[in-house]
Amino acid sequence: MSETAATAGSVPASTAVPAEQYNYDIVRKFSIAAVIWGVLGMAAGVWIASQLAWPFLNFDIAQITFGRFRPVHTTLVIFGFGGNALFATSYYIVQRTCQARLYGDRLALFTFYGWNLALVLGVISYTSGITQGREYAEFAWPLDILIAVTWVVYFWVFLMTLMRRSQPHIYVANWFFMAFILATALLHIFNNLQVPVSLTSASSYSLFSGVQDAMTQWWYGHNAVGFFLTAAFLGMMYYFVPKQAGRPIYSYKLSIIHFWALVFLYMWVGAHHLHWTALPDWVSTLAATFSILLLLPSWGGMINGIMTLSGAWHKLRTDPIMLFLITALSFYGMSTFEGPMMSLKSVNALSHYTDWTVGHVHSGALGWVAMITFGSLYHLIPRLWNTKIFSLRLIYIHFFLATIGIVLYIVSMWVAGIGQGLMLRAFDQYGNLAYTFTESVVFLHKPYVVRAIGGGFFLLGMLLMAFNIAMTILTARRAAPVADESRATAASAS
Amino acid sequence: MKHESVETNAGLLVILTLAVISIGGLVEIVPLFYIDDTIEEVEGVRPYTPLEQRGRDIYLREGCYTCHSQMVRPFRDEMLRYGHYSLAAESQFDHPFQWGSKRTGPDLARVGGKYSNEWQVQHLIKPTSLVPESIMPGYPWLASTPLDFSDVEDRMIALKRVGVPYSINQQELEANVERFGEETAAMLDINQAEDNLIAQAQQENFDGDPSFISEMDAIVAYLQVLGTMVDFNEYSEGEFADFR
Repeated sequence: MSETAATAGSVPASTAVPAEQYNYDIVRKFSIAAVIWGVLGMAAGVWIASQLAWPFLNFDIAQITFGRFRPVHTTLVIFGFGGNALFATSYYIVQRTCQARLYGDRLALFTFYGWNLALVLGVISYTSGITQGREYAEFAWPLDILIAVTWVVYFWVFLMTLMRRSQPHIYVANWFFMAFILATALLHIFNNLQVPVSLTSASSYSLFSGVQDAMTQWWYGHNAVGFFLTAAFLGMMYYFVPKQAGRPIYSYKLSIIHFWALVFLYMWVGAHHLHWTALPDWVSTLAATFSILLLLPSWGGMINGIMTLSGAWHKLRTDPIMLFLITALSFYGMSTFEGPMMSLKSVNALSHYTDWTVGHVHSGALGWVAMITFGSLYHLIPRLWNTKIFSLRLIYIHFFLATIGIVLYIVSMWVAGIGQGLMLRAFDQYGNLAYTFTESVVFLHKPYVVRAIGGGFFLLGMLLMAFNIAMTILTARRAAPVADESRATAASAS
Repeated sequence: MKHESVETNAGLLVILTLAVISIGGLVEIVPLFYIDDTIEEVEGVRPYTPLEQRGRDIYLREGCYTCHSQMVRPFRDEMLRYGHYSLAAESQFDHPFQWGSKRTGPDLARVGGKYSNEWQVQHLIKPTSLVPESIMPGYPWLASTPLDFSDVEDRMIALKRVGVPYSINQQELEANVERFGEETAAMLDINQAEDNLIAQAQQENFDGDPSFISEMDAIVAYLQVLGTMVDFNEYSEGEFADFR
């Protein structure tokens, strides 16, 4: 057991193999795509947040109204920014930890083009009104098929790379990536069972209706959070946190326990999005119960990540990348505490349908997902281009812009959500409703303005990152055009 | 079994992970198709007419679900604000469901009949003209865009495939007459879809112009039927409580 801990619990030394042995080209492509989609997706987010604060921004133009643009935002940040970052980091990590070159260069390239083509077509289709009307699964059926094919190829590339590993053990990060790949396939396929209107029509109707459809959708919807936005990013965490800290993972046993508990429990909790609806009570009660249990593995992951830094806390003073990674884990801990609390039926009665949910999602999405991605990309990009980051100072500024942005966002949404929830259930002395719905909308204006500003801060940070990374790459290319070329030839030859 | 055997065998890792992630969904979703109590037995819930269904398609297209729920919860404030809480039976023909997850605007599950057609049309064109504080976007193009109903039959056939009882032959039509009454059954006949759509748009004249069938006709037809199918006066208080 102790031997196991030594090999599987620590990241294999990176100096053992020269860079040419790995397919870095695909990782570079996905990394750049992640940054580009990140800028666009977050800009779309600030745009729709502004529309809620200042509705004239809808301009009576169909293509840019809130209803059509909100899926553009969610799709671009989840599948564009998050998805491309996951492809990039999983392809990088699986190669480094298996000490083997990625399987199938062409297949990997296919996943890049397949995935990003689906995103481009998705954005075009949403703005022109083609949607399945399912949250986070708005892609029309032909795009669903494209995504499914891409995903199966991704699974195959990942699995075959694991099979050709030269390390005896599969490193813990790869368990999380594998669970994410399998679960996403399962969820995507079952939630997109549709009957097309005709083969030439992009419209389709879902196989299930009403209560069964709702349950399937939120089983999908919450596990898009659980596996796409959590398990996979934990995979990212399990490589980049020990790497950046220069220390092995805190507890090997904890990683085993929290891995299996997390992947088992997450699949049960989706129905907490359907408390007090026409979904039978037994399902939502079961989901609430498992949501509470889920706190344990979630915090197991957080503790394992943060404690990895024990003995090296001073790094937080000197290393802005470490700041990103540890802050991400802190937000992960916070939002995985808030989540189970909101899944309690009595809390949910107030919070559901309000902006509290939106704030909760963003404390996870901005605080955890985006922060861990920023840290990972700042670690990764200089290594991919064999150079140093252009500006460490800009990383610091990015960190503070992002943190201020998140705090403004979450606090304003707490005020908005809890405030509106209380207003809507308030009664006057005669037992009549104290406020109309419209009065609650008026109340929301100020929180909406603050939220848009918070989003603006976050976007500004993202833009700085794009600039910093672009300059890093340009500097690297200018400094070593010959070396770069030879590496590219070596990569395409093998 | 030592955990080491999972860590050193990718195939085993895949199989075990698949098994572990499948359990939750199997336990929570599959029974919903088999437990009879999941959907209540009520009178009045029927599939949408061709015009209403096209209106629903537009509701999806414009992403109305991103701001409006269609699910009244069993709370006193929601009862006073929206009406009787929603039943599972009321969305049994909704492919996909549109319960929503966020109320930036009010719930729409029982909006049918609450406002006049004229109000709905003016509100959709320019919401602030009726509710000055509203933050809803305007949808003026709905009134000026002719409704495309060229594929309405294909749409009804697709919906029939997923279980909506539209009729395509005499036998199915008769079954519908038995189930929904003659008038409704005629509206659910796929062979008559286009005629039915045109007739409903002209007769009920949602947008005030009977000669022009616009997208506005369709979406207002849909909004006006929402939550009106079940007559709750026919049921005693607490009738549906057992289903919760």
